[in-house]
Amino acid sequence: MSKIIRKENLAENTKLFDIEAKLIAEKCLPGQFVILRLDETGERIPLTVADFDRNRGVITIVVQEVGKTTFQLGEMKIGDSLLDFIGPLGNPSEIEKFGKVICVGGGVGIAPIYPIARALKEKGNKITSIIGARSKNLLFWEEKMRNVSDELIVTTDDGSYGRKAVVTVPLKEILDSEKIERVVAIGPPAMMKFVAKTTLPYKVKTIVSLNSIMVDGTGMCGACRCKIGEETRFACVDGPEFDAHLVDFDLLMSRQKMYLDEEKKALKRFKGSINYGEKENTHA
Amino acid sequence: MEKKKTPMPEQEPFERIKNFNEVALGYDEEDAVKEAGRCLACKKPSCVKGCPVEIDIPGFISFIKERKFDEAISKIKEKNSLPAICGRVCPQETQCEELCVLGKKDEPVAIGRLERFVADWERKKGMKTPQKVVPTGKKIAVIGSGPAGLTCAADLAKLGYSVTIFESLHKTGGVLMYGIPEFRMPKAIVETEINYIQQLGVEIRTDMVVGKSIGVDELLQDFDAVFIGTGAGLPMFMHIPGENLNGVYSANEFLTRVNLMKAYRFPEYDTPVRVGKRVAVVGAGNVAMDSARTALRLGAEESLIVYRRSEKEMPARKEEVEHAKEEGVRFMLLTNPVKIFGDEYGFVKKMECIQMKLGEPDESGRRRPVPVKGSEFTVDVDTVIVAIGQNPNPLVPKTMKGLEVGKHGNIIADEDGRTSIKGVFAGGDIATGAATVISAMGMGKKAATTIDKYVMEKK
Ligand SMILES: Cc1cc2nc3c(=O)[nH]c(=O)nc-3n(C[C@H](O)[C@H](O)[C@H](O)COP(=O)(O)OP(=O)(O)OC[C@H]3O[C@@H](n4cnc5c(N)ncnc54)[C@H](O)[C@@H]3O)c2cc1C
Ligand SMILES: Cc1cc2nc3c(=O)[nH]c(=O)nc-3n(C[C@H](O)[C@H](O)[C@H](O)COP(=O)(O)OP(=O)(O)OC[C@H]3O[C@@H](n4cnc5c(N)ncnc54)[C@H](O)[C@@H]3O)c2cc1C
Ligand code: FES
Repeated sequence: MSKIIRKENLAENTKLFDIEAKLIAEKCLPGQFVILRLDETGERIPLTVADFDRNRGVITIVVQEVGKTTFQLGEMKIGDSLLDFIGPLGNPSEIEKFGKVICVGGGVGIAPIYPIARALKEKGNKITSIIGARSKNLLFWEEKMRNVSDELIVTTDDGSYGRKAVVTVPLKEILDSEKIERVVAIGPPAMMKFVAKTTLPYKVKTIVSLNSIMVDGTGMCGACRCKIGEETRFACVDGPEFDAHLVDFDLLMSRQKMYLDEEKKALKRFKGSINYGEKENTHA
Repeated sequence: MEKKKTPMPEQEPFERIKNFNEVALGYDEEDAVKEAGRCLACKKPSCVKGCPVEIDIPGFISFIKERKFDEAISKIKEKNSLPAICGRVCPQETQCEELCVLGKKDEPVAIGRLERFVADWERKKGMKTPQKVVPTGKKIAVIGSGPAGLTCAADLAKLGYSVTIFESLHKTGGVLMYGIPEFRMPKAIVETEINYIQQLGVEIRTDMVVGKSIGVDELLQDFDAVFIGTGAGLPMFMHIPGENLNGVYSANEFLTRVNLMKAYRFPEYDTPVRVGKRVAVVGAGNVAMDSARTALRLGAEESLIVYRRSEKEMPARKEEVEHAKEEGVRFMLLTNPVKIFGDEYGFVKKMECIQMKLGEPDESGRRRPVPVKGSEFTVDVDTVIVAIGQNPNPLVPKTMKGLEVGKHGNIIADEDGRTSIKGVFAGGDIATGAATVISAMGMGKKAATTIDKYVMEKK
């Protein structure tokens, strides 16, 4: 059992949780993820480590509410416990002195890009970060990102805050104006796909973190398989980070839609149950 | 004397494909005593030679004859701490029962069914709490809670060691829990056996992915020895076009969703699974039979086994093949998939196969299947389950410098379970490649003896 010791609303439908997890906090590195299960009937879902405090034994996760499990987690309170909290899983990000690096975080992807940007900065890289979202109410961690970046660019699709653009617009401008050693991008698959397309002509090594559907997260089931170049790889053990220029993003997006019908059904059922007086069941 | 085994009461096929309850219902006392009566109690029993853990088979059967079930179960447990499991899933027809002298002319004694009967009898009555032993003060770490790890842990605990099992999943039991379906291996039984092992003093830490959450090197600092029993969890794929379409599962994923995550009770349980109307399962081992039968229970109208060799070469237990046939699973033998086609949304629609014929024997001694040119045809399917085997789980070996591994990633361990690293022992599917419950247990047991010797000599 892992206890929630802090909860914060970061943005619309986006919540932060600090979880007591001493062993994981001791080990985890930027780029790795955890798998959690809320209760006995729960699904195992992966979430990237957004921050960690080794001294206090705390892992921070940032969750966007998109379906049954993430909404149920969103309803949980400080002091509640998660039944299972497993990790750190996956391979850590490659943190080296590369030179000039651009870190791109889209939507909830801002959270996992943060510890990577920080580690790259600490290694002596010059960091330009681009964070973006559809709209102002979905943005968070601007200050945190500014603190670990030499330069920070904020964009919104609708122009409600920062620059009115998608993240690839400033990205392209920078690539046109200076030599960049590496780009790391985390966000919705469509965003990562366009980042890959944008950097390809400049031959800049580009890393993305793939969020395929997972079950065990230890290489046992193959649910998370992705196509990287000509090879099938398991995101949970071979990734989650891969060379963006080799990723088949269309396959990733298609595989993420495998259970759309079931997901809708589960969410509807869950929302029904919290609206009609069964609330105590999900909180006990 | 009866020429045939006392029949096993079973759920009727048309009933059982609508539920996940156990298919074989088990002998009652009268069945058991009657079947025990068929045993000739040979002076030099051959059956024992077929048992990888050398249970005194005529010994426990004669207790059943006398209705001394307590003594019968004690006799089994001298050698086998998981009889309710082995009685259900061991391939007796190629082990003990194959060597039974009755089998030369008639049917052999139903040793497996008798083993299961006494184990179930004990469980219903309530298991004896094990006696406490004098602690040695030494600590052993066991990685993986499948049959190999559980057996090794139980044996070491009985010798007075303080044993901790590290299991990566949230549930204990390995394949018994996530792989073999409820209708063949009720999870409540696995849980009872695990409780027993906990009563022996074994501590179980789930959610611990060794190699990630904690390293073997760290374990070696805190423990006097480490046993690795991490199994053969890496699913193999066919590497044919279309294998990444939605609706193509590894058997591991399909069975894990259903058994471990209880997708058959979706939406009460959160994890979904998709079966569709027509399911093709590729392969013909136990894993394939379990997948095909599970698909039927989840509502598939048609469940096909697609296998490149003929019936004779099918590696599944005979009983499971029979059960699958009774339930309506269709067998497409001498057939090999070559390509899977999807619809415009990326979901499986049909599968192209090619007919095979048997050629010269290959290194396994079985006749090698070769494609018949121009014999391609397609079958309409919504789901394809790939059950062509699993390789040893690379997670632990990959993180250990100096650990010798074989061609397929299996940890190289000698007969007694020693690996190339001092203080590190291994057994079960991680060492042998995918095998059986009883062979994993056998190796877990051997390793426990070796570990005891090693720790005592090391001081
Ligand atoms: C390595 C990795 C890291 C991730 N990190 C984060 C993170 O830091 N913050 C965050 O908000 N989200 C993250 N995700 C996505 C998150 O796991 C899903 O949003 C979550 O599983 C949705 O579950 P649900 O029941 O709420 O929604 P559902 O209604 O079940 O699903 C909504 C969508 O989420 C995806 N999804 C569903 N089940 C799974 C599953 N078991 N595994 C992976 N994806 C699934 C599907 O594409 C689906 O269409 C990450 C995913 C991966 C693989
Ligand atoms: C569907 C199916 C049906 C089968 N049917 C039969 C049958 O009828 N009869 C029969 O005799 N055999 C059968 N088998 C084979 C049998 O189940 C295996 O041979 C046996 O379970 C092997 O035991 P094991 O202890 O070596 O490994 P496993 O049972 O695989 O257990 C390994 C355990 O280690 C854990 N683990 C893996 N990596 C790590 C890590 N890094 N850290 C911590 N824990 C880890 C796993 O989660 C798992 O719990 C079947 C197998 C399958 C998949
Ligand atoms: S999630 Fe099962 S193999 Fe990656």
